[in-house]
Amino acid sequence: MKHLKGFLIHLTLITVCILCLLPFLWLTSTSMKGAEENIFQYPPVIIPHSPTFNNFVEVLKLVPIVKYAVNSFIVAFFTVVLNLIFSALAAYPLARMNFRGKNFIFFLVLITLTVPFQAIMLPVYIIVLKMNLVDSISDFNGYLGMILPFCVNAFGIFLLRQAFLTIPKEIEEQALIDGCNSFQIFYKILIPLIKPSLSVLAIFTFVGSWGEFLWPSIILTKQSLFTLPVGINELQGAFSANYRLIAAGSIVSILPIIAFFLVLQKYFIKGESEGAVKG
Amino acid sequence: MKVKFGIIPYLFLFPAILCLLIFFFVPFFQTVVMSFYDYSKDFSSPQFSGFLNYSSILSSKVFIKSILNTFWFLILCVPFLVIFPLFIAILIDQKIKFTNLYKLIIYIPVVVSIVVVAIAFKWLYQPDGLLNYFLSIFHIPPVSWLSSPKVAMVSVALVTIFKGIGYYMMIYLSALMGVPKELYEAAEIDGASGFKKHMAVSVPHLLPTIALVSTISSISALKVFVEIYVMTKGGPLDSTKTIVYYIYEKAFESLDLGIASAACVVLLFLVMTFSVVNILCFEREKYGL
Repeated sequence: MKHLKGFLIHLTLITVCILCLLPFLWLTSTSMKGAEENIFQYPPVIIPHSPTFNNFVEVLKLVPIVKYAVNSFIVAFFTVVLNLIFSALAAYPLARMNFRGKNFIFFLVLITLTVPFQAIMLPVYIIVLKMNLVDSISDFNGYLGMILPFCVNAFGIFLLRQAFLTIPKEIEEQALIDGCNSFQIFYKILIPLIKPSLSVLAIFTFVGSWGEFLWPSIILTKQSLFTLPVGINELQGAFSANYRLIAAGSIVSILPIIAFFLVLQKYFIKGESEGAVKG
Repeated sequence: MKVKFGIIPYLFLFPAILCLLIFFFVPFFQTVVMSFYDYSKDFSSPQFSGFLNYSSILSSKVFIKSILNTFWFLILCVPFLVIFPLFIAILIDQKIKFTNLYKLIIYIPVVVSIVVVAIAFKWLYQPDGLLNYFLSIFHIPPVSWLSSPKVAMVSVALVTIFKGIGYYMMIYLSALMGVPKELYEAAEIDGASGFKKHMAVSVPHLLPTIALVSTISSISALKVFVEIYVMTKGGPLDSTKTIVYYIYEKAFESLDLGIASAACVVLLFLVMTFSVVNILCFEREKYGL
């Protein structure tokens, strides 16, 4: 009875896992079918007759996917760095100091959590245009235009505020007596203590930025600045007749983030349990 | 110990507040202002038009359809995103082997870009594709996944559900860790076992988490865009046109910023309602309220 129950649980979970991988496996299968193999064959063939990497070679030759990946990395990396700095700076006084207008600022930050980016993106677009943060001016400006609108997130401020709140007050008081000023306390004493929360924020910001599609697809005009999601979506137009290449490009594009996830898996699991979730 | 901080807290807050000001508060008010202007006659010099944009979207069949479609999408996704992940989390939470491997695999769709997930499903949804082949094994006639106005939204919702399961599963798993073990023991003494035990103990304990998952999955359903942009472009016959897709079309294809902004305000209103309920009811602790 007990064995049967265990068996059923594993069977269900294995089925769920197969379903979770199926779309990617089918894409991989298609990407490894050669030109002589009909990808629309019915019934479908899951394992290619003569697996080949030609589609990967060809798509990498025709489309600058590596360049897209580099762009995605630059955007995600600097979005993370700015978020960590700005959120940590803002979270500290909100957690630890008393000052005039604290409640008001707290309320303002909280409000930003309730408003979806999609609802305010038109004026953001106009502002970014007016600030010349677009790729038609220079590549540097183009990157800034992708990074700056997301350089601080209320969610990060609250996550780090919670982290600061768990640190005993005595540590700071001792440092004050020893003659440290607020910036030294922040930088030398408190930041090292909230490293776990900083890494959680870094990882979730990175994945979010890496997968972002809507904003870069609106402001980018130059192909050389495309991020992966934008570039991969464009494959559909470029190779509408050749799903092998679309599939190969798509599979290549997800390898970096899957590697990132597998290496840092423990932070993902910890992050979700710390309530590091966005609505 | 009373410490005078003077200007210091404001210095710490300055960079974040400045960014929020430029990229959040100014655009927030501009959206509202733009919704009262008419951009349709002359794009570069909009005219004040009062509530004209609102009356025209509210009498527009397409806009009303987008709102209904958005809620139809929400109804399709949310129940599954609340129940499936809970079910899976309870299974994983049993004392079994390989739990980490299961968690890892089920979480993979969460980290993969939605663009790739949508492309993968588009391929599965081909008329001669893998899904219709599976159906044919059970003698079910082929389904026009993306080309039938009746089915297309269900197909899109399936993608959203697929992408979200791992995410909500993790939220449930961390909540399950907080269920006091003594409760299980008590339930066992009362003769409940396995799944029954969970229905009796975990589920009541998880009610706040279930409510949280309902609201956050509703909020993301209201904002759905990329799946639709990649797979259907709002078609066939506007059957998958949602609010955000409508805004996108009006703003970036028709360049009618007034109408688009009015639609943004409607979206704002809907999402804020859900978010405020969510924060005040389920996330007070997280935000220190």
